[in-house]
Amino acid sequence: MTAPAARIPAVHTSAPAAHHYTTLGLDSRKVAIWAFIGSECMLFVSLISTYLIYKGRSVVGPFPHETWTDPATGRVLKPILNIPVTSASTFVLLMSSLFMVLALAAVQNKEKPKRTRGERILGNSKLWLWMTAIAGTTFLGFQAFEFTSFVHEGLTIRTNLFGSSFFTLTGFHGAHVTAGVLWLVTLLAIDYRRGLGSRDSLLVDIAALYWHFVDVIWIVIFTLVYLIK
Amino acid sequence: MDTHASSTNLSDSAEAGAPAPHEEEHAHPTWSTYWKVALILTLITVGEVWAYYIPSFVAGRGFVPTLLILSALKFTIVVMFYMHLKYDHRLFRVLFTGPLLIASLTLLALMFLFGHLYIKIM
Repeated sequence: MTAPAARIPAVHTSAPAAHHYTTLGLDSRKVAIWAFIGSECMLFVSLISTYLIYKGRSVVGPFPHETWTDPATGRVLKPILNIPVTSASTFVLLMSSLFMVLALAAVQNKEKPKRTRGERILGNSKLWLWMTAIAGTTFLGFQAFEFTSFVHEGLTIRTNLFGSSFFTLTGFHGAHVTAGVLWLVTLLAIDYRRGLGSRDSLLVDIAALYWHFVDVIWIVIFTLVYLIK
Repeated sequence: MDTHASSTNLSDSAEAGAPAPHEEEHAHPTWSTYWKVALILTLITVGEVWAYYIPSFVAGRGFVPTLLILSALKFTIVVMFYMHLKYDHRLFRVLFTGPLLIASLTLLALMFLFGHLYIKIM
């Protein structure tokens, strides 16, 4: 259902051109992002299922949690997963979710007066959007480091079943984080261009839902892939 | 958890002649709640990684269930408080939990058929 364009005052150039509501009074864009997230759940569960089914079935190493000696060369390959590095990247992604909700709260409360320095910091949407984008980029940096070190240690997507399923799963997740960072950059561009106000909160809310979804998927991956041996 | 009213949805649908946005979904947590949730998530993650480095615990039968429960707890906390599913309209809950349930059951079925939970049916 679309609101008549003629009813929207011309002065509201910063607001979306038309608002779409379902018969329940819910914004169609928010319904759409939840439906999209639901479908994304199924995508990631299929990738996780593939990883779990192939877990422990690789014929040759390197392996995620076990040492392996190459019978041809006698080379000993240590467990390939680097838990301290991944724990750090997990922490960064969790913090990015905090920054994202603070960005959303800042946009929603943009018009409220900020009396104290703390309120001004918490109400600075640009700061929290920047922090979220930086945290997302840092996570991607950790992932690039991990992938590079794996390749140097002899694990590629073609080495064994673990490599194929691991790189596919974490690679898809990394691609989603990359898309999220680009989305955040577009929000930042809007914020710098005309300022994000409470009327734009739905735009930020939708981006935030996507970002948190990427975070919850990582929560599952971190446990199933990295911690459970 | 304390909440306050905030305008998630756009407000002028009534003047535009469209159905009014649903009011039920407007109560979101405060800044302090977000910080507390972040602290809880961090502590759970620290606990998970700590457990990983206790050989006797890893070798025991409780390791995998503990990690799965902690992971599910983190998942639920993020979805309920950061994604505001606790406060939003129930349609969003259906849109999220429906596919998630189907996907989870598919995962379980696949694990029973081909994975480590394999059972010989015939």
